[in-house]
Amino acid sequence: MTPTIPILRVRGHLLVSVQGELGDDVVEQFQNDVLSAIERDRGRDGGLLVDISGLEVVDTYVARVLADTAAMARLMGRHTVVCGMRPEVAATLVQMGYMLDGVETALDVDDGLDRLGLPR
Amino acid sequence: MTVLVSERLTIAVEGDVPVVRRRARELAQAAHFDAFASAAITTAASELSRNALVHGGGGYAVVEHVSDGLREGLRLVFVDEGPGILDIDRALRGGYSTGRSLGLGLSGSRRLVDEFHVETSLGKGTRVEVVKWARFRR
Repeated sequence: MTPTIPILRVRGHLLVSVQGELGDDVVEQFQNDVLSAIERDRGRDGGLLVDISGLEVVDTYVARVLADTAAMARLMGRHTVVCGMRPEVAATLVQMGYMLDGVETALDVDDGLDRLGLPR
Repeated sequence: MTVLVSERLTIAVEGDVPVVRRRARELAQAAHFDAFASAAITTAASELSRNALVHGGGGYAVVEHVSDGLREGLRLVFVDEGPGILDIDRALRGGYSTGRSLGLGLSGSRRLVDEFHVETSLGKGTRVEVVKWARFRR
């Protein structure tokens, strides 16, 4: 069975927390689910926060899907922030030469919600 | 070099990539890799097994827990019988993509490991061997 990635609405913002391993099949479903959730959420002006603190490994394929998803959400008018990247994941991506250019990032969910303008 | 554990894993379908990745991660833990070294070799395993599948049409990986007497490490070998890599120098520089990828798989993996060897032959296939050592002597 393909695991699903829950998409929560927190005070008008969409919050996606990616946990464990992101298989190639799940990663594409993730993209479709996020964009569909944004479509259904029409009329709201909240942002999208993608928490990747649960990902122990992010290869260039997964990184690209994350960056593409953020770009697509942005094109749909959603302020999008990726948060919670682990230090070893950040180090690995930079060593490989992939900096996720154009993706807004934040330290953790709290920091990410700040970026989206949610009052503490 | 002493081989402590050696396993051959088939790379034939997409579901085989996470299997190779997971096994590399488990062996990295067995070899006392820290979180950074473990993420590096696991990511390289993911990139190189996907390359073997997508560009090489599948093949196999050999994942090994090795020791040189002082350090423990991982040796990973990826073999496919695909078309080979036309411009290996360009592929190793990075940004040379033939499919729907970033073209960073081979060049990126090289930066993540301590030893990197690639042999490719047009029409016959590609063999990539990488070694990464645990950072500290145990």
